[in-house]
Amino acid sequence: MKELVVISGKGGTGKTSVTGSFAALAENAVLADCDVDAADLHLLLKPEIKEEHEFFSGFQAKIRPEECTGCGQCHELCRFDAVIRDKGSVRIDPFSCEGCGVCVEFCPANAIDFPEALCGKWFKSETRHGPMVHAKLGIAAENSGKLVATVRDQAKKAAEAAGSDWLIIDGPPGTGCPVIASITGTGAVLVVTEPTLSGEHDLLRVLQLTQHFKIPAFICVNKWDINPEMTARIENAAGSAGATVLERIPYDASITRAQIQGQSIVEFNDGAAATAIQTLWETLCQKMK
Amino acid sequence: MKIATASGKGGTGKTTVSVALAQAFETPVCLIDCDVEEPNSAFFLKPDPESRQDVTVPVPKINADVCTACGACSAFCVFNAIAVAGESAMVFPELCHSCGGCMKICPEHAITEEPVQVGEINRGTSGRITALEGRLKIGSAMAPPLIRAAKKAAPPGVPVLIDAPPGTSCPMITAVSGSDFVVLVTEPTPFGLNDLILAVETVRTLGIPFGVIINRSDSGDDRVVRYCEKEAIRILLQIPESRKIAEAYSRGDGLLSAEPELADRFREIIRNIESETER
Repeated sequence: MKELVVISGKGGTGKTSVTGSFAALAENAVLADCDVDAADLHLLLKPEIKEEHEFFSGFQAKIRPEECTGCGQCHELCRFDAVIRDKGSVRIDPFSCEGCGVCVEFCPANAIDFPEALCGKWFKSETRHGPMVHAKLGIAAENSGKLVATVRDQAKKAAEAAGSDWLIIDGPPGTGCPVIASITGTGAVLVVTEPTLSGEHDLLRVLQLTQHFKIPAFICVNKWDINPEMTARIENAAGSAGATVLERIPYDASITRAQIQGQSIVEFNDGAAATAIQTLWETLCQKMK
Repeated sequence: MKIATASGKGGTGKTTVSVALAQAFETPVCLIDCDVEEPNSAFFLKPDPESRQDVTVPVPKINADVCTACGACSAFCVFNAIAVAGESAMVFPELCHSCGGCMKICPEHAITEEPVQVGEINRGTSGRITALEGRLKIGSAMAPPLIRAAKKAAPPGVPVLIDAPPGTSCPMITAVSGSDFVVLVTEPTPFGLNDLILAVETVRTLGIPFGVIINRSDSGDDRVVRYCEKEAIRILLQIPESRKIAEAYSRGDGLLSAEPELADRFREIIRNIESETER
Protein backbone atom coordinates (compact mmCIF):
# COMPACT_ATOMS: atom_id res chain seq x y z
CA MET A 1 0.00 0.00 0.00
CA LYS A 2 1.34 3.40 -1.00
CA GLU A 3 0.67 6.45 1.14
CA LEU A 4 0.64 9.95 -0.36
CA VAL A 5 0.03 13.12 1.67
CA VAL A 6 -0.97 16.30 -0.17
CA ILE A 7 0.30 19.42 1.63
CA SER A 8 1.07 22.99 0.64
CA GLY A 9 2.77 25.18 3.22
CA LYS A 10 0.58 28.12 2.24
CA GLY A 11 -3.17 27.60 2.57
CA GLY A 12 -5.62 27.88 -0.30
CA THR A 13 -3.29 26.70 -3.06
CA GLY A 14 -5.60 23.87 -4.14
CA LYS A 15 -4.70 20.85 -1.95
CA THR A 16 -8.28 19.68 -1.59
CA SER A 17 -9.15 20.19 -5.28
CA VAL A 18 -6.13 18.06 -6.24
CA THR A 19 -6.81 15.42 -3.56
CA GLY A 20 -10.46 15.17 -4.59
CA SER A 21 -9.38 14.57 -8.19
CA PHE A 22 -6.88 11.90 -7.12
CA ALA A 23 -9.70 10.20 -5.21
CA ALA A 24 -11.66 9.99 -8.47
CA LEU A 25 -8.66 8.84 -10.52
CA ALA A 26 -7.15 6.28 -8.13
CA GLU A 27 -8.36 2.73 -8.17
CA ASN A 28 -8.71 0.88 -4.90
CA ALA A 29 -7.84 3.77 -2.60
CA VAL A 30 -8.73 4.84 0.94
CA LEU A 31 -9.09 8.59 1.42
CA ALA A 32 -8.40 10.62 4.55
CA ASP A 33 -8.80 14.28 5.48
CA CYS A 34 -6.10 15.28 7.95
CA ASP A 35 -6.92 18.99 7.76
CA VAL A 36 -9.12 18.55 10.82
CA ASP A 37 -9.16 22.29 11.63
CA ALA A 38 -10.85 23.25 8.38
CA ALA A 39 -11.82 20.00 6.69
CA ASP A 40 -13.25 20.44 3.18
CA LEU A 41 -12.67 17.16 1.33
CA HIS A 42 -16.11 15.90 2.41
CA LEU A 43 -17.68 18.66 0.33
CA LEU A 44 -16.35 16.97 -2.82
CA LEU A 45 -16.62 13.33 -1.75
CA LYS A 46 -19.99 13.50 0.07
CA PRO A 47 -19.18 10.71 2.52
CA GLU A 48 -21.94 8.57 3.95
CA ILE A 49 -20.97 8.16 7.59
CA LYS A 50 -20.83 4.52 8.72
CA GLU A 51 -19.15 4.93 12.11
CA GLU A 52 -18.88 7.92 14.41
CA HIS A 53 -16.39 8.02 17.30
CA GLU A 54 -15.89 10.60 20.01
CA PHE A 55 -12.32 11.80 20.34
CA PHE A 56 -11.09 12.47 23.84
CA SER A 57 -7.63 13.85 24.26
CA GLY A 58 -5.90 15.64 27.05
CA PHE A 59 -7.54 17.11 30.11
CA GLN A 60 -9.18 20.27 31.29
CA ALA A 61 -8.75 21.71 34.78
CA LYS A 62 -11.98 22.72 36.53
CA ILE A 63 -12.21 24.38 39.94
CA ARG A 64 -14.95 23.26 42.33
CA PRO A 65 -15.94 26.71 43.58
CA GLU A 66 -17.51 25.46 46.83
CA GLU A 67 -14.18 23.94 47.92
CA CYS A 68 -11.88 26.65 46.57
CA THR A 69 -10.36 28.80 49.35
CA GLY A 70 -9.26 31.47 46.90
CA CYS A 71 -5.61 31.14 48.00
CA GLY A 72 -4.31 31.82 44.49
CA GLN A 73 -1.70 29.06 44.43
CA CYS A 74 -3.02 27.85 41.04
CA HIS A 75 -2.74 31.39 39.67
CA GLU A 76 0.90 31.53 40.82
CA LEU A 77 1.78 28.19 39.27
CA CYS A 78 -0.03 28.34 35.92
CA ARG A 79 2.35 29.23 33.11
CA PHE A 80 -0.42 29.67 30.56
CA ASP A 81 -2.25 32.59 32.19
CA ALA A 82 -5.27 30.31 32.33
CA VAL A 83 -6.25 31.04 35.94
CA ILE A 84 -8.33 34.17 36.21
CA ARG A 85 -8.71 35.88 39.61
CA ASP A 86 -11.75 38.02 39.70
CA LYS A 87 -12.95 39.74 42.91
CA GLY A 88 -11.86 36.95 45.25
CA SER A 89 -13.13 34.15 43.01
CA VAL A 90 -10.81 32.02 40.92
CA ARG A 91 -11.75 30.31 37.67
CA ILE A 92 -10.02 28.62 34.76
CA ASP A 93 -10.23 29.96 31.23
CA PRO A 94 -10.84 26.79 29.20
CA PHE A 95 -9.35 28.32 26.03
CA SER A 96 -6.01 29.06 27.72
CA CYS A 97 -5.78 25.87 29.82
CA GLU A 98 -3.20 23.48 28.35
CA GLY A 99 -4.35 20.60 30.55
CA CYS A 100 -0.95 20.10 32.18
CA GLY A 101 -2.34 19.29 35.65
CA VAL A 102 0.06 21.47 37.67
CA CYS A 103 -2.77 23.37 39.38
CA VAL A 104 -4.63 20.09 40.06
CA GLU A 105 -1.59 18.49 41.71
CA PHE A 106 -0.58 21.45 43.86
CA CYS A 107 -3.96 22.87 44.92
CA PRO A 108 -3.72 22.89 48.76
CA ALA A 109 -7.50 22.42 49.06
CA ASN A 110 -7.60 19.65 46.48
CA ALA A 111 -10.41 21.59 44.81
CA ILE A 112 -9.58 21.13 41.13
CA ASP A 113 -11.05 18.40 38.92
CA PHE A 114 -9.22 17.16 35.85
CA PRO A 115 -11.67 15.46 33.46
CA GLU A 116 -10.67 14.22 30.04
CA ALA A 117 -11.48 16.72 27.29
CA LEU A 118 -13.79 15.90 24.37
CA CYS A 119 -11.91 17.41 21.44
CA GLY A 120 -13.96 16.31 18.47
CA LYS A 121 -15.26 13.38 16.47
CA TRP A 122 -13.84 11.15 13.83
CA PHE A 123 -15.74 9.21 11.21
CA LYS A 124 -15.42 6.15 9.02
CA SER A 125 -17.40 6.67 5.84
CA GLU A 126 -18.09 5.38 2.37
CA THR A 127 -17.81 7.58 -0.72
CA ARG A 128 -18.32 7.00 -4.43
CA HIS A 129 -14.52 6.68 -4.69
CA GLY A 130 -13.94 4.35 -1.74
CA PRO A 131 -13.73 4.41 2.06
CA MET A 132 -12.88 7.69 3.79
CA VAL A 133 -11.72 8.57 7.30
CA HIS A 134 -12.27 12.14 8.44
CA ALA A 135 -12.87 14.22 11.55
CA LYS A 136 -14.40 17.31 12.99
CA LEU A 137 -12.40 19.15 15.61
CA GLY A 138 -14.59 20.56 18.39
CA ILE A 139 -15.09 24.32 18.32
CA ALA A 140 -12.16 25.97 20.11
CA ALA A 141 -10.79 22.53 21.00
CA GLU A 142 -7.13 21.64 21.35
CA ASN A 143 -4.99 18.72 20.28
CA SER A 144 -5.61 18.87 16.56
CA GLY A 145 -2.24 17.12 16.09
CA LYS A 146 -3.49 14.10 18.02
CA LEU A 147 -6.77 14.03 16.10
CA VAL A 148 -4.74 14.14 12.86
CA ALA A 149 -2.70 11.17 14.08
CA THR A 150 -5.91 9.29 14.92
CA VAL A 151 -7.43 9.92 11.47
CA ARG A 152 -4.26 8.80 9.78
CA ASP A 153 -3.92 5.65 11.91
CA GLN A 154 -7.54 4.69 11.34
CA ALA A 155 -7.25 5.31 7.61
CA LYS A 156 -4.13 3.18 7.48
CA LYS A 157 -5.90 0.36 9.32
CA ALA A 158 -8.87 0.61 6.96
CA ALA A 159 -6.56 0.54 3.92
CA GLU A 160 -4.66 -2.47 5.24
CA ALA A 161 -7.86 -4.33 6.11
CA ALA A 162 -9.31 -3.67 2.65
CA GLY A 163 -6.06 -4.55 0.86
CA SER A 164 -6.04 -1.10 -0.78
CA ASP A 165 -3.34 0.01 -3.18
CA TRP A 166 -3.42 3.63 -2.07
CA LEU A 167 -3.93 5.78 1.00
CA ILE A 168 -4.43 9.35 -0.20
CA ILE A 169 -4.42 12.03 2.46
CA ASP A 170 -5.52 15.66 2.26
CA GLY A 171 -3.11 17.42 4.61
CA PRO A 172 -3.22 20.68 6.57
CA PRO A 173 -1.41 23.93 5.69
CA GLY A 174 1.59 25.22 7.64
CA THR A 175 4.68 23.51 9.08
CA GLY A 176 3.59 22.95 12.67
CA CYS A 177 2.02 20.24 14.81
CA PRO A 178 -0.81 19.04 12.46
CA VAL A 179 1.52 18.90 9.43
CA ILE A 180 4.17 17.01 11.37
CA ALA A 181 1.50 14.54 12.53
CA SER A 182 0.30 14.13 8.91
CA ILE A 183 3.62 13.42 7.25
CA THR A 184 6.00 11.65 9.65
CA GLY A 185 6.95 8.28 8.20
CA THR A 186 4.83 8.61 5.06
CA GLY A 187 5.83 7.29 1.61
CA ALA A 188 5.81 10.63 -0.17
CA VAL A 189 4.28 14.08 -0.07
CA LEU A 190 2.95 16.16 -2.93
CA VAL A 191 3.27 19.88 -2.25
CA VAL A 192 0.74 21.97 -4.17
CA THR A 193 1.96 25.54 -4.44
CA GLU A 194 1.16 28.70 -6.39
CA PRO A 195 3.41 31.12 -8.30
CA THR A 196 3.50 33.92 -5.71
CA LEU A 197 6.20 35.16 -3.35
CA SER A 198 4.20 33.72 -0.46
CA GLY A 199 3.73 30.41 -2.27
CA GLU A 200 7.47 30.16 -2.91
CA HIS A 201 8.44 31.10 0.64
CA ASP A 202 5.96 28.69 2.22
CA LEU A 203 6.93 25.87 -0.16
CA LEU A 204 10.61 26.22 0.72
CA ARG A 205 9.82 26.14 4.45
CA VAL A 206 7.71 23.01 4.09
CA LEU A 207 10.44 21.38 1.97
CA GLN A 208 12.86 22.02 4.85
CA LEU A 209 10.41 20.11 7.00
CA THR A 210 10.16 17.17 4.57
CA GLN A 211 13.95 17.06 4.39
CA HIS A 212 14.15 17.16 8.17
CA PHE A 213 11.96 14.03 8.24
CA LYS A 214 13.65 12.56 5.14
CA ILE A 215 10.39 12.25 3.19
CA PRO A 216 10.48 12.29 -0.62
CA ALA A 217 8.68 15.40 -1.92
CA PHE A 218 6.99 16.07 -5.25
CA ILE A 219 5.77 19.52 -6.16
CA CYS A 220 3.27 20.94 -8.60
CA VAL A 221 2.52 24.61 -9.29
CA ASN A 222 -1.18 25.40 -9.42
CA LYS A 223 -2.45 28.45 -11.40
CA TRP A 224 1.04 28.53 -12.91
CA ASP A 225 0.04 30.97 -15.68
CA ILE A 226 -0.78 33.75 -13.14
CA ASN A 227 2.98 34.37 -13.12
CA PRO A 228 5.05 32.15 -15.47
CA GLU A 229 8.38 33.68 -14.39
CA MET A 230 7.63 32.96 -10.74
CA THR A 231 6.58 29.42 -11.68
CA ALA A 232 9.98 28.78 -13.29
CA ARG A 233 11.76 30.31 -10.29
CA ILE A 234 9.80 28.16 -7.84
CA GLU A 235 10.45 24.99 -9.83
CA ASN A 236 14.19 25.74 -9.84
CA ALA A 237 14.23 26.47 -6.13
CA ALA A 238 12.24 23.32 -5.36
CA GLY A 239 14.61 21.23 -7.49
CA SER A 240 17.59 22.67 -5.59
CA ALA A 241 15.83 21.86 -2.32
CA GLY A 242 15.71 18.19 -3.33
CA ALA A 243 12.09 17.98 -4.49
CA THR A 244 10.92 16.41 -7.76
CA VAL A 245 9.07 18.91 -9.93
CA LEU A 246 5.95 17.50 -11.61
CA GLU A 247 3.10 18.91 -13.67
CA ARG A 248 1.96 22.55 -13.88
CA ILE A 249 -1.79 23.16 -13.42
CA PRO A 250 -3.23 26.17 -15.29
CA TYR A 251 -5.65 28.68 -13.74
CA ASP A 252 -9.14 27.38 -14.52
CA ALA A 253 -12.30 29.05 -13.22
CA SER A 254 -14.23 25.80 -13.70
CA ILE A 255 -12.52 24.37 -10.59
CA THR A 256 -14.78 26.63 -8.51
CA ARG A 257 -17.82 25.64 -10.61
CA ALA A 258 -17.00 21.96 -10.01
CA GLN A 259 -16.69 22.66 -6.28
CA ILE A 260 -20.13 24.29 -6.29
CA GLN A 261 -21.49 21.10 -7.91
CA GLY A 262 -19.75 19.02 -5.21
CA GLN A 263 -17.46 17.39 -7.75
CA SER A 264 -13.75 17.15 -8.38
CA ILE A 265 -12.59 18.89 -11.54
CA VAL A 266 -11.71 15.60 -13.29
CA GLU A 267 -15.31 14.45 -12.87
CA PHE A 268 -16.72 17.84 -13.89
CA ASN A 269 -15.04 18.41 -17.26
CA ASP A 270 -11.96 17.62 -19.34
CA GLY A 271 -10.66 21.18 -19.48
CA ALA A 272 -7.11 22.44 -19.03
CA ALA A 273 -6.86 21.94 -15.26
CA ALA A 274 -8.54 18.51 -15.33
CA THR A 275 -6.14 17.32 -18.05
CA ALA A 276 -3.12 18.58 -16.12
CA ILE A 277 -4.25 16.88 -12.91
CA GLN A 278 -4.85 13.63 -14.79
CA THR A 279 -1.28 13.77 -16.15
CA LEU A 280 -0.01 14.67 -12.67
CA TRP A 281 -1.69 11.57 -11.22
CA GLU A 282 -0.31 9.29 -13.94
CA THR A 283 3.19 10.67 -13.39
CA LEU A 284 2.90 10.17 -9.63
CA CYS A 285 1.80 6.56 -10.15
CA GLN A 286 4.90 5.99 -12.30
CA LYS A 287 7.25 7.70 -9.82
CA MET A 288 5.84 5.91 -6.78
CA LYS A 289 5.84 2.45 -8.33
CA MET B 1 -7.48 48.69 20.09
CA LYS B 2 -6.69 45.22 18.81
CA ILE B 3 -8.10 43.86 15.52
CA ALA B 4 -7.33 40.30 14.40
CA THR B 5 -7.75 39.01 10.86
CA ALA B 6 -8.59 35.31 10.68
CA SER B 7 -10.25 32.88 8.29
CA GLY B 8 -10.60 29.18 8.97
CA LYS B 9 -9.67 28.35 5.40
CA GLY B 10 -6.16 29.22 4.26
CA GLY B 11 -5.41 31.35 1.22
CA THR B 12 -8.55 33.49 1.42
CA GLY B 13 -6.64 36.76 1.83
CA LYS B 14 -5.92 37.26 5.54
CA THR B 15 -2.50 38.77 4.92
CA THR B 16 -3.84 40.90 2.05
CA VAL B 17 -6.50 42.33 4.38
CA SER B 18 -4.18 42.79 7.41
CA VAL B 19 -1.64 44.65 5.30
CA ALA B 20 -4.33 46.83 3.68
CA LEU B 21 -5.74 47.67 7.13
CA ALA B 22 -2.25 48.58 8.39
CA GLN B 23 -1.55 50.75 5.35
CA ALA B 24 -4.93 52.45 5.63
CA PHE B 25 -4.16 53.66 9.17
CA GLU B 26 -3.30 57.35 9.32
CA THR B 27 -1.61 57.06 12.71
CA PRO B 28 1.16 54.76 13.97
CA VAL B 29 0.03 51.13 14.06
CA CYS B 30 1.59 47.75 14.78
CA LEU B 31 1.00 44.69 12.61
CA ILE B 32 1.88 41.34 14.19
CA ASP B 33 2.22 38.42 11.81
CA CYS B 34 1.02 35.54 14.01
CA ASP B 35 0.92 33.03 11.14
CA VAL B 36 4.21 31.83 12.57
CA GLU B 37 4.28 28.60 10.55
CA GLU B 38 4.19 30.52 7.28
CA PRO B 39 4.64 34.27 7.87
CA ASN B 40 4.11 36.29 4.67
CA SER B 41 3.23 39.86 5.63
CA ALA B 42 6.82 41.09 5.21
CA PHE B 43 6.60 40.49 1.46
CA PHE B 44 3.97 43.20 1.24
CA LEU B 45 5.14 45.57 3.99
CA LYS B 46 8.83 45.34 3.04
CA PRO B 47 9.85 46.63 6.49
CA ASP B 48 13.32 48.00 7.24
CA PRO B 49 14.64 45.36 9.61
CA GLU B 50 15.43 46.58 13.13
CA SER B 51 15.98 43.59 15.35
CA ARG B 52 15.69 39.86 15.72
CA GLN B 53 14.99 38.11 18.97
CA ASP B 54 15.11 34.38 19.69
CA VAL B 55 12.09 32.94 21.45
CA THR B 56 12.71 30.02 23.76
CA VAL B 57 10.60 27.84 26.00
CA PRO B 58 11.90 26.25 29.21
CA VAL B 59 12.37 22.48 28.93
CA PRO B 60 13.42 20.19 31.80
CA LYS B 61 16.98 19.06 32.24
CA ILE B 62 17.67 16.03 34.40
CA ASN B 63 20.63 15.88 36.72
CA ALA B 64 21.43 12.18 36.23
CA ASP B 65 23.70 12.10 39.31
CA VAL B 66 20.78 12.98 41.56
CA CYS B 67 17.92 11.27 39.68
CA THR B 68 16.82 8.00 41.31
CA ALA B 69 14.62 6.98 38.36
CA CYS B 70 11.60 6.94 40.70
CA GLY B 71 9.30 7.85 37.81
CA ALA B 72 7.33 10.61 39.57
CA CYS B 73 8.01 13.05 36.71
CA SER B 74 6.96 10.70 33.93
CA ALA B 75 3.85 9.68 35.88
CA PHE B 76 2.92 13.36 36.22
CA CYS B 77 3.62 14.49 32.65
CA VAL B 78 0.39 14.25 30.62
CA PHE B 79 2.30 15.09 27.43
CA ASN B 80 4.56 12.01 27.67
CA ALA B 81 7.58 14.30 27.45
CA ILE B 82 9.56 12.44 30.13
CA ALA B 83 10.23 8.71 30.34
CA VAL B 84 12.37 6.73 32.73
CA ALA B 85 14.99 4.71 30.90
CA GLY B 86 17.48 2.68 32.90
CA GLU B 87 18.88 4.64 35.82
CA SER B 88 17.66 8.09 34.88
CA ALA B 89 14.76 10.00 33.35
CA MET B 90 14.93 11.16 29.76
CA VAL B 91 13.32 14.25 28.19
CA PHE B 92 11.62 14.54 24.77
CA PRO B 93 11.78 18.32 24.31
CA GLU B 94 9.51 18.39 21.23
CA LEU B 95 6.60 17.01 23.30
CA CYS B 96 7.15 19.30 26.30
CA HIS B 97 4.59 22.08 26.92
CA SER B 98 6.85 23.81 29.50
CA CYS B 99 4.37 23.62 32.37
CA GLY B 100 7.14 23.15 34.95
CA GLY B 101 5.24 20.37 36.75
CA CYS B 102 8.03 17.77 36.61
CA MET B 103 10.46 20.16 38.22
CA LYS B 104 8.07 20.80 41.10
CA ILE B 105 7.13 17.18 41.61
CA CYS B 106 10.63 15.66 41.58
CA PRO B 107 11.33 14.53 45.18
CA GLU B 108 15.11 14.66 44.60
CA HIS B 109 15.14 18.17 43.07
CA ALA B 110 16.98 16.61 40.15
CA ILE B 111 15.23 18.70 37.49
CA THR B 112 16.13 22.20 36.35
CA GLU B 113 15.08 23.93 33.15
CA GLU B 114 17.01 24.99 30.11
CA PRO B 115 15.82 27.19 27.24
CA VAL B 116 15.03 25.57 23.88
CA GLN B 117 14.45 27.77 20.86
CA VAL B 118 11.03 27.50 19.18
CA GLY B 119 11.39 30.42 16.80
CA GLU B 120 12.19 34.09 16.49
CA ILE B 121 10.53 37.49 16.37
CA ASN B 122 11.61 39.93 13.69
CA ARG B 123 10.91 43.61 14.18
CA GLY B 124 11.01 46.28 11.49
CA THR B 125 9.29 49.45 10.36
CA SER B 126 7.50 50.37 7.18
CA GLY B 127 6.46 54.04 7.32
CA ARG B 128 4.01 54.40 10.21
CA ILE B 129 3.78 50.65 10.63
CA THR B 130 5.75 48.70 13.22
CA ALA B 131 6.00 45.21 11.72
CA LEU B 132 6.46 42.25 14.05
CA GLU B 133 6.79 38.76 12.66
CA GLY B 134 6.87 35.47 14.56
CA ARG B 135 8.72 32.76 12.67
CA LEU B 136 8.51 29.16 13.90
CA LYS B 137 11.67 27.10 13.75
CA ILE B 138 11.34 24.29 11.20
CA GLY B 139 10.53 21.03 12.99
CA SER B 140 9.05 22.79 16.02
CA ALA B 141 5.42 21.98 16.77
CA MET B 142 5.01 24.67 19.43
CA ALA B 143 3.37 27.61 17.68
CA PRO B 144 1.27 28.95 20.61
CA PRO B 145 4.19 30.05 22.90
CA LEU B 146 5.76 31.90 19.97
CA ILE B 147 2.44 33.58 19.12
CA ARG B 148 2.07 34.66 22.76
CA ALA B 149 5.61 36.10 22.70
CA ALA B 150 4.98 37.96 19.43
CA LYS B 151 1.80 39.51 20.84
CA LYS B 152 3.64 40.62 23.99
CA ALA B 153 6.31 42.35 21.87
CA ALA B 154 3.87 44.99 20.55
CA PRO B 155 4.81 48.58 21.43
CA PRO B 156 2.49 50.02 24.11
CA GLY B 157 -0.22 52.54 23.31
CA VAL B 158 -0.48 51.80 19.59
CA PRO B 159 -3.40 50.09 17.81
CA VAL B 160 -2.51 46.49 17.04
CA LEU B 161 -3.45 44.40 13.99
CA ILE B 162 -2.99 40.64 14.18
CA ASP B 163 -2.58 38.48 11.09
CA ALA B 164 -3.79 35.12 12.45
CA PRO B 165 -2.91 31.65 11.18
CA PRO B 166 -5.54 29.63 9.30
CA GLY B 167 -7.62 26.96 11.02
CA THR B 168 -9.65 27.10 14.20
CA SER B 169 -7.45 25.32 16.76
CA CYS B 170 -4.79 26.36 19.29
CA PRO B 171 -2.65 28.66 17.09
CA MET B 172 -5.66 30.56 15.72
CA ILE B 173 -7.25 30.87 19.17
CA THR B 174 -3.99 32.02 20.75
CA ALA B 175 -3.64 34.64 18.01
CA VAL B 176 -7.17 36.12 18.17
CA SER B 177 -7.86 35.86 21.93
CA GLY B 178 -7.80 39.23 23.65
CA SER B 179 -8.77 41.06 20.44
CA ASP B 180 -11.52 43.68 20.41
CA PHE B 181 -12.71 42.69 16.95
CA VAL B 182 -12.07 39.92 14.43
CA VAL B 183 -12.23 40.40 10.67
CA LEU B 184 -13.02 37.03 9.06
CA VAL B 185 -11.89 36.77 5.45
CA THR B 186 -13.58 34.23 3.22
CA GLU B 187 -14.45 33.44 -0.39
CA PRO B 188 -17.86 32.69 -1.91
CA THR B 189 -17.35 28.96 -2.44
CA PRO B 190 -18.44 25.77 -0.63
CA PHE B 191 -14.98 25.46 0.98
CA GLY B 192 -15.00 29.14 1.93
CA LEU B 193 -18.44 28.92 3.54
CA ASN B 194 -17.75 25.65 5.38
CA ASP B 195 -14.62 27.07 6.98
CA LEU B 196 -16.23 30.47 7.63
CA ILE B 197 -18.95 28.77 9.68
CA LEU B 198 -16.27 27.04 11.80
CA ALA B 199 -14.45 30.35 12.28
CA VAL B 200 -17.71 32.14 13.20
CA GLU B 201 -18.54 29.45 15.79
CA THR B 202 -15.03 29.82 17.20
CA VAL B 203 -15.07 33.63 17.57
CA ARG B 204 -18.62 33.47 18.96
CA THR B 205 -17.40 30.97 21.58
CA LEU B 206 -14.56 33.36 22.43
CA GLY B 207 -17.11 36.17 22.69
CA ILE B 208 -15.38 38.59 20.32
CA PRO B 209 -17.37 40.86 17.93
CA PHE B 210 -16.62 40.20 14.28
CA GLY B 211 -17.45 41.01 10.66
CA VAL B 212 -16.78 39.35 7.32
CA ILE B 213 -14.83 40.37 4.22
CA ILE B 214 -15.66 38.35 1.10
CA ASN B 215 -12.63 38.16 -1.16
CA ARG B 216 -12.90 37.29 -4.88
CA SER B 217 -16.57 38.01 -4.24
CA ASP B 218 -17.75 37.26 -7.79
CA SER B 219 -15.80 34.00 -8.23
CA GLY B 220 -18.41 31.62 -6.79
CA ASP B 221 -22.04 32.05 -5.81
CA ASP B 222 -24.09 33.91 -3.20
CA ARG B 223 -24.00 31.25 -0.46
CA VAL B 224 -21.74 33.29 1.87
CA VAL B 225 -23.93 36.40 1.52
CA ARG B 226 -27.05 34.33 2.25
CA TYR B 227 -25.40 32.77 5.30
CA CYS B 228 -24.33 36.16 6.65
CA GLU B 229 -27.84 37.56 6.14
CA LYS B 230 -29.40 34.59 7.91
CA GLU B 231 -26.97 34.86 10.83
CA ALA B 232 -27.14 38.69 10.94
CA ILE B 233 -23.40 38.92 10.38
CA ARG B 234 -22.08 42.21 9.07
CA ILE B 235 -20.34 42.08 5.69
CA LEU B 236 -17.62 44.72 5.94
CA LEU B 237 -16.42 44.60 2.34
CA GLN B 238 -16.59 42.57 -0.86
CA ILE B 239 -13.46 42.52 -3.02
CA PRO B 240 -14.13 41.36 -6.60
CA GLU B 241 -11.94 38.78 -8.31
CA SER B 242 -9.29 40.57 -10.34
CA ARG B 243 -6.33 39.36 -12.32
CA LYS B 244 -4.66 42.70 -11.56
CA ILE B 245 -4.85 42.04 -7.80
CA ALA B 246 -3.73 38.40 -8.23
CA GLU B 247 -0.71 39.40 -10.32
CA ALA B 248 0.24 42.20 -7.91
CA TYR B 249 -0.02 39.70 -5.03
CA SER B 250 2.23 37.23 -6.85
CA ARG B 251 4.95 39.93 -7.01
CA GLY B 252 4.54 40.97 -3.38
CA ASP B 253 2.51 44.12 -4.11
CA GLY B 254 -0.38 44.60 -1.73
CA LEU B 255 -4.04 45.22 -2.43
CA LEU B 256 -3.81 49.00 -1.98
CA SER B 257 -1.02 49.34 -4.54
CA ALA B 258 -3.17 47.44 -7.07
CA GLU B 259 -6.42 49.19 -6.12
CA PRO B 260 -5.53 52.46 -4.27
CA GLU B 261 -9.17 53.58 -4.22
CA LEU B 262 -9.93 50.77 -1.71
CA ALA B 263 -7.93 52.66 0.97
CA ASP B 264 -10.99 54.77 1.81
CA ARG B 265 -13.10 51.64 2.29
CA PHE B 266 -10.52 50.23 4.72
CA ARG B 267 -10.41 53.56 6.61
CA GLU B 268 -14.16 53.38 6.95
CA ILE B 269 -13.93 49.82 8.30
CA ILE B 270 -11.32 50.95 10.85
CA ARG B 271 -13.47 53.93 11.92
CA ASN B 272 -16.51 51.70 12.36
CA ILE B 273 -14.59 49.17 14.41
CA GLU B 274 -13.09 51.97 16.52
CA SER B 275 -16.44 53.49 17.33
CA GLU B 276 -17.95 50.07 18.01
CA THR B 277 -15.18 48.94 20.37
CA GLU B 278 -15.12 52.25 22.27
CA ARG B 279 -18.76 51.84 23.16
